[in-house]
Amino acid sequence: MVPLLCLWLVTLNEKTASLPVPMRNSASDDNINMAAPVALHLEFGGGAELLFDGVKEHHVTLPDQLDPWDMKQLLVWIKENLLKERPELFVQGDTVRPGILVLINDADWELMGELQYELQDKDNIVFISTLHGG
Amino acid sequence: MCQVDEEYNVHLENKVTPSVSKKCVKCKENTAVLIIRAGDAFCSCCFKEYFIHKFRAMLGKNRVIFPGEKVLLAVSGGPASSSMLSQVQEGLSRDAPKKLRFVPGIIYVDEGGVSGQSMEERKRAVSQLESVFRATDYPYYIVQLEQVFSLPSSVLDVGSSATKNPQNGSSYKAAVDQFIQTSQNQHPDLSVKNALSQLSSLSMHEAQTGGSSPIPPGQTEALQRLFASVRTLTAKQDLLQTLRHHLILHTARTERYSKVMMGDSCSRLAVKLLSNISLGRGASLAADTGFSDSRYGDVVIVRPMRDYSSKEIAYYNRMFDIASVFIPSLDTKAQDKASIQRLTESFVTKLQTDFPSTVSTIYRTSEKLHTACPPQNTNTQTSDKCLLCTCTLDTKTEFSAFQATLISEQLSQRRGPGANVRQGQCCSAEGHCGSGENGCCPSAKVPGPLDLKSMLCYSCRLTIKDMTAVDTLPQYIVSEAEQRNRRSQMREEISEFLLEEEEDEAQSF
Repeated sequence: MVPLLCLWLVTLNEKTASLPVPMRNSASDDNINMAAPVALHLEFGGGAELLFDGVKEHHVTLPDQLDPWDMKQLLVWIKENLLKERPELFVQGDTVRPGILVLINDADWELMGELQYELQDKDNIVFISTLHGG
Repeated sequence: MCQVDEEYNVHLENKVTPSVSKKCVKCKENTAVLIIRAGDAFCSCCFKEYFIHKFRAMLGKNRVIFPGEKVLLAVSGGPASSSMLSQVQEGLSRDAPKKLRFVPGIIYVDEGGVSGQSMEERKRAVSQLESVFRATDYPYYIVQLEQVFSLPSSVLDVGSSATKNPQNGSSYKAAVDQFIQTSQNQHPDLSVKNALSQLSSLSMHEAQTGGSSPIPPGQTEALQRLFASVRTLTAKQDLLQTLRHHLILHTARTERYSKVMMGDSCSRLAVKLLSNISLGRGASLAADTGFSDSRYGDVVIVRPMRDYSSKEIAYYNRMFDIASVFIPSLDTKAQDKASIQRLTESFVTKLQTDFPSTVSTIYRTSEKLHTACPPQNTNTQTSDKCLLCTCTLDTKTEFSAFQATLISEQLSQRRGPGANVRQGQCCSAEGHCGSGENGCCPSAKVPGPLDLKSMLCYSCRLTIKDMTAVDTLPQYIVSEAEQRNRRSQMREEISEFLLEEEEDEAQSF
């Protein structure tokens, strides 16, 4: 089980390494409080999972970056890495499609600062579609 | 204009500012977990109380469901109806004073044959739902949409309304008192339990015979042919809703349920209100979106979830682990502009994100709507009701814009305009016909292709217009149409010997 998990993490890192996310060279940067990798538990429900091959739960690790990850960047990351089809049915503009609810650690994201919320390690993010037919 | 724009911008910016770690507005102690209306933040404890109270208050306020009455819950597996099921369970399990006292049953209509699901997918969804239903111990009925092909045409009849008058508050009170007395005389609380246990034992039997009944061969194909003959998604969704209602109504009648609960949330109803106006269903708007809908006479549809927004429901289901089963429907993964219903939904939800009072404003409007004629006209002839949606026909008024459109449409069509116009007049004003216009009536006697249109309301006409062929319609609709046609023909034939009511009154003066 454990080697399997490691293998999965490695493949995930390989995938994410080729991302167009702005990554500065950490060695040359003297900023010491560089954000550690953020591991997240993402859930999709109410039909939103159909856009992700029907997979409801995703455990992902976001790649290192200098600035802390916020929800806005997460949405871009999801759009580029997880979404399988019809991105316009999940993301519109730089926020989620109206009618899709977002919960951060089981609380309304409107209480958490919505797009400005800074993601912490082991956060649980849930997307629930309330639209008819998902 | 500029000022207005500026005001909106300020408003929007204000809304975006984060409000981290707010306290609950009710208990003012716990940290809030969700915002319901603009600015109202609740903690999960207070939210649960608020949610449960709302359901009870909705039923208490309207006083439509009598104690001991059989109520059929229409559960689609979606969040709203699943939540409704859990609320009914909650209400029935309560202690004496606040207990709900009706006898519930569940119906699920399996529409997988329309949305192109495979047999395996449908079976999986049904078994998921069955496990939810079994946990409730209520009787349940699993009905495939294919069964519309074996419905009797009596479904389209309007039943005579129940003997009790639901509007009367005092009779409701009397009924409640009587119910409490009888249950006390027997044994506290045992009567409902007995009834329930009897019903559930019945249901196990039924579930084994009815629930897993195989679909007769060819019916899935017939269903697919029917929906393939409909050109637009708008009409498909409309037709599907009509057929679904017929099936639920039929089950309610055969199993002797006098109420059907639908799980429409207020977000859903706001969308329904606007899309129904666009679909030309304005005349039956009050019945389509109100709390209770008595168009079928003997079976009344109630919508107890109409005070909840879809957000509240989604949060409640998430927080308190209410199981719901996602089943793809016709409009799953469809574009915004795929159908009128879909477009209206995206319009309302988009507006709602920027202006959080959108849904409640539309919904409050729907509360104030009433039909012009009082609802007790269930005694009117079935020929005055739409063949498909059973609403009162809105096409028989003589001087409406609709009649003008019809006439201009017929005039613009070159082929034999004269006969058509006359026939149209004949249907729209039977009074003139009876007074002996000989040029008119014979044309109606000629047995030609079935004239469905004259039996439909404006909106259902539009739906049928979008079909390439009407012969794919289920038999019960066609045979009922033929019967109504025969009846109206016979009426015309003997019309010379009928005394007209208006003349009669005039003579008596």
